[in-house]
Amino acid sequence: MSIGLEQYLLLSAVLFTIGLVGALSKRNAIIVLMCIEIMLNAVNLTLVAFYRYGGLDITGMVFALFVMLVAAAEVALGLAIVFSLYRSRETVDLAEMDLMKW
Amino acid sequence: MPHQLAWLIFLLPFFSFMLIAFILRPFLLRWYRLAAYVTILSIVGSLGLSLWLLNTVMGAAEHRLEIPSVQWLSIGDLNIQIGLLADSLTAVMLVVVTVVSLMVQIYSQGYMKPIAGDHEYSTKGYMRYFAFMSLFTGSMLGLVMASNLLFLFLFWEGVGLCSYLLIGFWFHKASAANAAKKAFIVTRLGDVGFLLAILYLFLNTGTLDIEAIHALAAAGAISTVVITWAALGIFSGAMGKSAQFPLHVWLPDAMEGPTPVSALIHAATMVAAGAFLVARFFPLFEASETALTTLGIIGGVTAIFAATMGLVMFDIKRVIAYSTISQLGYMMLGLAVGGPALGIFHLFNHAFFKALLFLGAGSVNHATHTFDMREMGGLRKHMPWTTATFFVAALSLAGLWPLSGFWSKDEIIAESWDERKIMFVLVAATAFLTAFYIFRVFFMTFGGQYRGKERHLHESPAVMWLPMALLGVLAIFSGWWGVTGGFGSFMGHGETHSFVSGFFAFLTDPVHHWVAWLSLALSGLGILTAYAIYSARWVSAEGVGRAFGPLRTLAFRKYYLDELYERVLTVGALLNGLFRGLEVADEKGVDGAVNGVARSVMAGSRGLRRAQTGQLQLYGATIALGLVALLLAVIFLG
Repeated sequence: MSIGLEQYLLLSAVLFTIGLVGALSKRNAIIVLMCIEIMLNAVNLTLVAFYRYGGLDITGMVFALFVMLVAAAEVALGLAIVFSLYRSRETVDLAEMDLMKW
Repeated sequence: MPHQLAWLIFLLPFFSFMLIAFILRPFLLRWYRLAAYVTILSIVGSLGLSLWLLNTVMGAAEHRLEIPSVQWLSIGDLNIQIGLLADSLTAVMLVVVTVVSLMVQIYSQGYMKPIAGDHEYSTKGYMRYFAFMSLFTGSMLGLVMASNLLFLFLFWEGVGLCSYLLIGFWFHKASAANAAKKAFIVTRLGDVGFLLAILYLFLNTGTLDIEAIHALAAAGAISTVVITWAALGIFSGAMGKSAQFPLHVWLPDAMEGPTPVSALIHAATMVAAGAFLVARFFPLFEASETALTTLGIIGGVTAIFAATMGLVMFDIKRVIAYSTISQLGYMMLGLAVGGPALGIFHLFNHAFFKALLFLGAGSVNHATHTFDMREMGGLRKHMPWTTATFFVAALSLAGLWPLSGFWSKDEIIAESWDERKIMFVLVAATAFLTAFYIFRVFFMTFGGQYRGKERHLHESPAVMWLPMALLGVLAIFSGWWGVTGGFGSFMGHGETHSFVSGFFAFLTDPVHHWVAWLSLALSGLGILTAYAIYSARWVSAEGVGRAFGPLRTLAFRKYYLDELYERVLTVGALLNGLFRGLEVADEKGVDGAVNGVARSVMAGSRGLRRAQTGQLQLYGATIALGLVALLLAVIFLG
C-alpha cells in the first residue's frame, strides 16, 4: 500500500474531527484552544497535500503559511482572554461562561 | 355684463366671511359694527347681481344662461367641473335668498346689538354672528347655483354646518348646544340617503353634471328602477333638510338660535333647500310615479301633522316653527301635484311672510324678553309696526285673498283635488288649522291686556321694523307674479296652470271655483274661531282644551316622537342594542385578535428563549451537526 493523497486526506479528516469534538465537548478553555489548533493543523495538512499532489501550484502552501500565522495570533489572543477570565472568575470552565444567555 | 359675474353672487358673502373672521374680529373688535356693514354690503352686491341675473334669464332663450365652468378635479377618466347653472329656478331662488338675507342682516343689527356686561350679546358674539351669517348666505347661494352634484353637495353640507353653528350660537346654554347637535345629526340621517343617491346616479350614468343626468333621464337611458331609487335618495336628503315627517323633530328645537337666524335659515332659505333640491331634480321625480307619490304623501301628512302641534304650543317661535314644517309639507305636495312651478311658487311666497313672522316674534322678544305667549298680550298698543306687519304676514300665511300666500296655497289645494283626492282633504283641513293657529298667536300676543312683568314695553328701533315693513310689502305683493300665471310660465317654460289667469278668475273657474271658495271659507273660519276663543272669549280656551283633552295632550307632547326617538331608538336600539353589540365585538373580536397575536408570539418566544443558553459550545455543536446533516442529505438524496 503506497501512501497517496487519499491517506493524507483521511488523516486530515480524522484530525479535524478529533479537534471538532474536543472543541465542542471539553470544559477546559485551554483544551478547547488546543483542539482548535488541531483543527487548523488538519486544514493545513489538507492544503499542503493538495499542493504536493495537485500540480505544485504555490497557492496551497502560501495558504498554509497564512493559516499558521493567523493561528499564532489567535492563540496569543485566546490565551490572553483565558487568563483574563481566570483572573476575574477564578475558573476556566466554559460551562460557567454563560453571560450571553437571555 | 359678462356672465362670469354670476360667480360673484356667492363669492361676495364668502369674502365677507373671511374678512370678518380673519381680520375684523381678531384685530378690530372696537369697530364691531364693521362686521354688519361688510355683511350687508356684500349681500347688497349679491342682490344686485341676482336681480341682473333674473332679468337676463327672463330674456334668455329657454330661460337659461351658459356660464363657463372651471375644471376642478381630474381623476383618471373622471373630470369634475365646478360650474354654475343659471336657469329660472336658480334665478328665483337667488332673489329669495338675497332679499330675505339682506332684510335679516339689517334687522340683526338691532337684535344682536351688544349690551355691555351681557355675555349673550357681546361685541365678539356680534362679529361671530355676522361672520356665520355671511358664510351661510354664501353657501346657500352656491347651493342654488351649483351645476354639479358634488359641488352642490359641498354647499348642501355647508348650509348644514352654518345651521349647526347658528343654532348653537349661545353654546354655553346646554339647551342650545343640544339643539344644535340634534339638528346636525337628524339632517345627517337624511343626507346619508342623498349621498348614496349621488353615488348611485354616478355609477349608473357616469356623470355628476345635473343637466347631463336630466338629459339621460329624458332620453330614457336610465332605467326606471335606478331613477326611482335615486329620486327617493334625493328626497331623503330633502326630508332631513326640510324637516319632513318623520325627520321633522330638529326644527322646533332649532328655535334655540337667535331669532333672525330662525327667520333666515329655519324659515325662508335653508329648510326650503329641500324643496329646491326636489325641484332641481324634478325630471327624475317626474319619471317615477313611486317617487312622486311618496313626495305627495309625505308632504301632505307633514302639512297636517305639524299644524296640529302648532295649535297647542305656548312658545311663539315654536308655533311658527311648526307652521314652517307644515308649509314645507305644502311645498312638497305642491311639487308632487304641480311640479316646480307650483312648489317653488309657494316657497317664494312663504319665504317672505314666514321670515316676517319670525322677525315679528324677535321684535316681540326684544320688548318682552320672553317667547312665552302666556306672558304677552296687548302689545298692539306698544308696538304698532310689529303688530301691523305681523298681521299682514299672518293673513298671508292663512291664505286670504289677495295676499301672496293665497295664490300659491290655493293652487296647491286645487291641484291636489285634481291629482290626489286624499291629499286634498288633508291640506284643506290644514288650511283651517293654519288660519287658527297663526291667529291664536296674533290674538294672544297683540290682543287683550298685557300679562307679563316687563315694565318698559317699547317698539323696536327703526333698523328692526324697517326691514319688517319691506318684507310686509313683499308678503302682500310677491304672489301677484303668479296671478296671471307669470311665475308658472317662467318656471315651466311657457306652461301655465288652470285657474290662475287674473285676480278674480279663480272665482269663475268652472272646475275649481268651489275649491277656492272652500279654502277661503276654511281660512276665514279658522280666523273666526281663533277670534272667538282668544279675543272675544265667547268660548274659554281652557274649556276647549278640556274638550279635546287627550288629543291636546298628544299634540302638546309632540305625539311623543321625541320620547320615541330618544328612548326607543337612541337609547334602546342604538345605545343598548347596536352600540353594546359593537362594543362586545370590538372588545372580543378586534381587541381579541390583536391581543391573541401578541399573546401567541409571547408564548412562542418564551419556549424559544430556552434554546439560547449562552453556551458557545452548544451553538458550535448545533452548527456542526447541521453541517453533517446537510452533507449526508447531499450525498444520499442529491
